[in-house]
Amino acid sequence: MTTLKILPLGDSALVCEAGTSSTSATLATQRRVWHVAALARDWPDVREVVPGMNNLTLLFDPLATDIEVLGARLRDAWQTQPAAGEIGRDIEIPVHYGGKHGPDLADVAKHAHLQPKTVVQRHTAPEYIVYFLGFQPGFAYLGGLDDSIAAPRRAEPRLSVPAGSVGIGGNQTGIYPLNSPGGWQIIGHATSALFDPAANPPALLAPGDRVRFTIASLDL
Amino acid sequence: MIDIQRAGLLTTVQDLGRPRQREFGVASGGALDPLACAVANRLVGNDLNAAALEITMGTCVMRFTSATLVALTGADCHADLDGTPVWSWWRFPVARGQTLTLRPSRFGMRTYLAVAGGIDVPETLGSRSTDLSAAFGGFEGRALRDADRVAIGHPSAAARNAEALGVRPPLWLSDPLAHRVRVLPGPEYDDFTAATHKSFWENPWQVTPNSNRMGYRLSGPEPLTRKKNRLHDLLSHGVLPGVIQVPPSGQPIILLADAQTTGGYPKIGVVISADLWRLGQARLGSTLYFSECTPAEAREALREQLRYLDQIERALAWHDRGILHSPKIPAVTRQRA
Repeated sequence: MTTLKILPLGDSALVCEAGTSSTSATLATQRRVWHVAALARDWPDVREVVPGMNNLTLLFDPLATDIEVLGARLRDAWQTQPAAGEIGRDIEIPVHYGGKHGPDLADVAKHAHLQPKTVVQRHTAPEYIVYFLGFQPGFAYLGGLDDSIAAPRRAEPRLSVPAGSVGIGGNQTGIYPLNSPGGWQIIGHATSALFDPAANPPALLAPGDRVRFTIASLDL
Repeated sequence: MIDIQRAGLLTTVQDLGRPRQREFGVASGGALDPLACAVANRLVGNDLNAAALEITMGTCVMRFTSATLVALTGADCHADLDGTPVWSWWRFPVARGQTLTLRPSRFGMRTYLAVAGGIDVPETLGSRSTDLSAAFGGFEGRALRDADRVAIGHPSAAARNAEALGVRPPLWLSDPLAHRVRVLPGPEYDDFTAATHKSFWENPWQVTPNSNRMGYRLSGPEPLTRKKNRLHDLLSHGVLPGVIQVPPSGQPIILLADAQTTGGYPKIGVVISADLWRLGQARLGSTLYFSECTPAEAREALREQLRYLDQIERALAWHDRGILHSPKIPAVTRQRA
């Protein structure tokens, strides 16, 4: 069992981080995060539950919550066994890689000491798991990126990244559902709609889903 | 209806935010000065969470097509109703066809206008707030423009007969260009150098023009630096309004109501809940100072804020029952100080 670090985040939230490394995530730990998130969602003093990458943030009412008691309850929940079995669906997302759709593909390739085409091959090879949604509406954090194409975030985030942009940030990859500022390296563009506020649920992807990227086009 | 004749710099429909949507990545949103927004609603007899207009830096002109009760709170925009001055932190009746004009505020950034019955826009994902970046909620998911017509809800009977009345504003800013906010050290505080700690607490941080409802990008005399630079950033984690994160540039960003729900930058500090409204009133180009505080002080500040709201609640209730009857001087006839 991995260790659990619980830290306050201001006066109305706490973050609990699982695992021994702050830069690599495991699916086993993430399953436990989903499990604890599902339990904590029903605790009376908890306002919101935000699963992260191998971590979990709980928002609470600062005047009604004893942070020590909440921390102890989290530790207890962490010890309970999550239900076995796979959750989620298989989803295929076609991507236009490189060129104007992927302005940072060359930079990622250079950082990885690989040809851009190899970066795309390694990006489309794995089956990714949706770890959680966050950052912006419908944005899915995916586990399973090939470490050899990991790339640091841009030193200064872009003020606007177009909706559908497929990016790499650290050892994570994902699709921006909306036009927005963003710090990831953009390697391609997907055409699937990832968020619809009128839909129920509003997001296309959900934690536990398995995603495969396919090559819709390649511009090197 | 409210006919928007001049929408101004940025006028949006906001309530107190979007609850329990973070798991879909949807920002909390809502008024950047939730205290002023709640008081405006209370003054006109609305639920505290009713939708109001958030008007940035004044310069807004609107005409009312029906009689109603209106309240203005937050930054004072030297408003007038058909040429007669109306005060901030007051409610006042508006007759059909009257025009309300808001001018640029001298200090403060955001004014809230509540109308009896609330701004009538559909609820999206549990809130009437405008999510500007995702373009949904509020009025067609966007800021108001000239010539928009905004619907208003039905006022209560009490609101229809209410007279002009003012309340004490929360402790306003002594220096309109320098704001002091209280901060709790963040989870990664110890990752920063001793020199950076000193710089963070002692230096002025300027709110750069490159700021919006998602966050204030600050610029300071020297970049905030970590003891050792990591190869990659942290694993993405939940963030919330008030979080001060430090990207590799070393210039901090304070997240506000429209900020993303998760991020990967280290968090040097978090502005306490009770001071979020002060942030909401900080203008572009103004200066922020950070004061370190303890969790107990943060809770006490929040209690103090609730006491303030409670005092208003009680005074208005007494007033409505005739127990506390203020001299019947309509705000519209008062001279500006």
